[in-house]
Amino acid sequence: MYIGIDIGSRCIKLVVLSGQRIEDFKVGDTGFNPYERSLEMIKPYAYNAKRIIATGYGRHFAREDFADGVITEIKAHAAGARLLFPNCRTVIDIGGQDSKVISLDESGKVADFQMNDRCAAGTGKFLEIMAKTLGFNLDDFGVQSLAAENAVKINSMCTVFAESEVISLLAKKENPRNIGLGLHQSVVEKITSMLHRVGVADDIVLSGGVGRNLCIRETLSQSLGHKVYVHENPEILGALGAAIIARAY
Amino acid sequence: MSDYREMWKELGLDLEAHDQLMAVIPQVYGDVYLSQKNRPEGMSYLDFVMSEIHGLRIKELNDLRASGRKVVGTFCLYIPEEIVLAAGAACVGICGGADWGSAEAEKILPRNLCPLIKSFMGFKLTKVCPYFESSDVIVGETTCDGKKKTYEVLGEYANVYVMHTPQTKDESSRRLWLDEVEKFKGKMEELTGKEIDLVALVKGIATVNAKRAALKRLNEARKVDPVPISGKDALLIQQVAFYDDPARFTEMVNKISGELEKRIADGIGVVKKGTPRILVSGCPMAIPNWKLHHLVESAGAVIVAEEACIGHRYFRDMVSESGTEAKEKLSAIADRYMKLDCACFTPNKERLDNILNLVKDYNVDGVIHYSLQFCDPFTVEYVSVEKAVKDAGIPVLKIETDYSMEDAGQLSTRIEAFLETIKESQGVTL
Repeated sequence: MYIGIDIGSRCIKLVVLSGQRIEDFKVGDTGFNPYERSLEMIKPYAYNAKRIIATGYGRHFAREDFADGVITEIKAHAAGARLLFPNCRTVIDIGGQDSKVISLDESGKVADFQMNDRCAAGTGKFLEIMAKTLGFNLDDFGVQSLAAENAVKINSMCTVFAESEVISLLAKKENPRNIGLGLHQSVVEKITSMLHRVGVADDIVLSGGVGRNLCIRETLSQSLGHKVYVHENPEILGALGAAIIARAY
Repeated sequence: MSDYREMWKELGLDLEAHDQLMAVIPQVYGDVYLSQKNRPEGMSYLDFVMSEIHGLRIKELNDLRASGRKVVGTFCLYIPEEIVLAAGAACVGICGGADWGSAEAEKILPRNLCPLIKSFMGFKLTKVCPYFESSDVIVGETTCDGKKKTYEVLGEYANVYVMHTPQTKDESSRRLWLDEVEKFKGKMEELTGKEIDLVALVKGIATVNAKRAALKRLNEARKVDPVPISGKDALLIQQVAFYDDPARFTEMVNKISGELEKRIADGIGVVKKGTPRILVSGCPMAIPNWKLHHLVESAGAVIVAEEACIGHRYFRDMVSESGTEAKEKLSAIADRYMKLDCACFTPNKERLDNILNLVKDYNVDGVIHYSLQFCDPFTVEYVSVEKAVKDAGIPVLKIETDYSMEDAGQLSTRIEAFLETIKESQGVTL
């Protein structure tokens, strides 16, 4: 069996691949000690693992310890998305602390990519902070926002400034759902501008935990005018990609 | 070091703050430079220069001033070094490559400003740059809005003279620039009390041409695969070109080049043959800004050329040595500087041509475009650079950053992914 582990800033994802089959997968919080957490998650499979490939921001400490090799999240998400969606040409990954868009050539190789700048604008962390400010549970932030009557335009992309903008909107008794929709639209706007830099081609796959957010999915596909595909476990695509590379190595 | 402390104190440095800076530099230098494997032996000269960067070289400048000569501080390769040398003065680059004193600078300057400008202002305000404090005059230029307006502010703290650099390359701009070069000669004569005659100009031109030729020779060696010197080491040499005594520096660089040529003959490289070869293009990297080179080379690629002011733009063009009158010499100097292809020019097609030539001559696998945050000329000119490089079939990655290390993780991911695509396109897996 082959293991792919994606050590992200918010979650650690692990996929165990046995031949063509996903034997098992796990998603756990990164917590304060990503190294310990990674080891715990790998432990039950380590004995039977032929090869472990790590990706995510924690990939380098993994290489020093238990991983046989590392690949970037870009390559990992591309490989994972392509396996689950064989016609995929565009991957959007909205992760905890960064977001990226990847364009693939016909054969599935990474042709170009864009990543957000250093700030949290357009990332999962941004949505998380905003959900909290608005008093929503992260899990139903998307659904609640989708139920809005009108979107309130959020001008600031910066998490810190957007938060104070949201607070002053709440003080004006603006409906939190409307603010929520505005926030989702601002994330999608940021992603779409990155997408236009690399070019948009079907099929488009949304990867990462934010893929579970209905409002992001809907707003994104409306703004692009294309269908956006999401796997039932969107957060494991990176780890799956790493496992595929482990198998192909 | 105790004798230096006395000297630093006399120069007016803030000793306590300076001690803190001096404690950081060796640590960073150790991590970035001394950890490299298989360095050319000649790099020991650069190690020595770096260990004495605020010591011996400052003492030399001090001695020079004690003998009645002057020190001229600059921030830009537009300032004609030939004329400074012809006036018997020393020309030094001013510190602007580290996130030092930015908090002080931000008390005066806007936050959303180029890190290089904030850095030099920070170094001045916190009084930790001995080159700043040793300079009898700081010569600025009107290359970009940020610098242009900051020199007005800097004028409150230092003796500043500003050269009016043109922004186009037509005939009227050339006349303007020649006029500026002549005025600069007058300024240098006034500063030093020495008349700049034909012989002095001939010598000044010869000295700087020799320095540029030495750097050209060094960079020739980087065309070879496997490359005999790391990008980091080559960058350091090109950075020190702005500080060191020109004649000694030229001699040492030629010595290193000799060693590199021997390495090439013996087939010795600093990395394996076939290592991805990167051209870095964009904003200047002033000492000790080694951030991008360190990230790229740690990710398993090698940088083979810098299309930048601290790089090819500095040594590519020579001043013509023909002509037997002082006036002709000044005109030759002006002509040489008019060839510079800084992003402050419009239009600036020469830069695109030069990038594509470097890509070809250095057998480059990928171009990384480097710009400092808030640098309008380079970030906007990237639009044309990207198109030109992509049209030539070469992958290009844009990096926009400052001097802090907080984005190092993200930058590494981008750089590694860029290298993955290069390797994949060459048929190498993992």
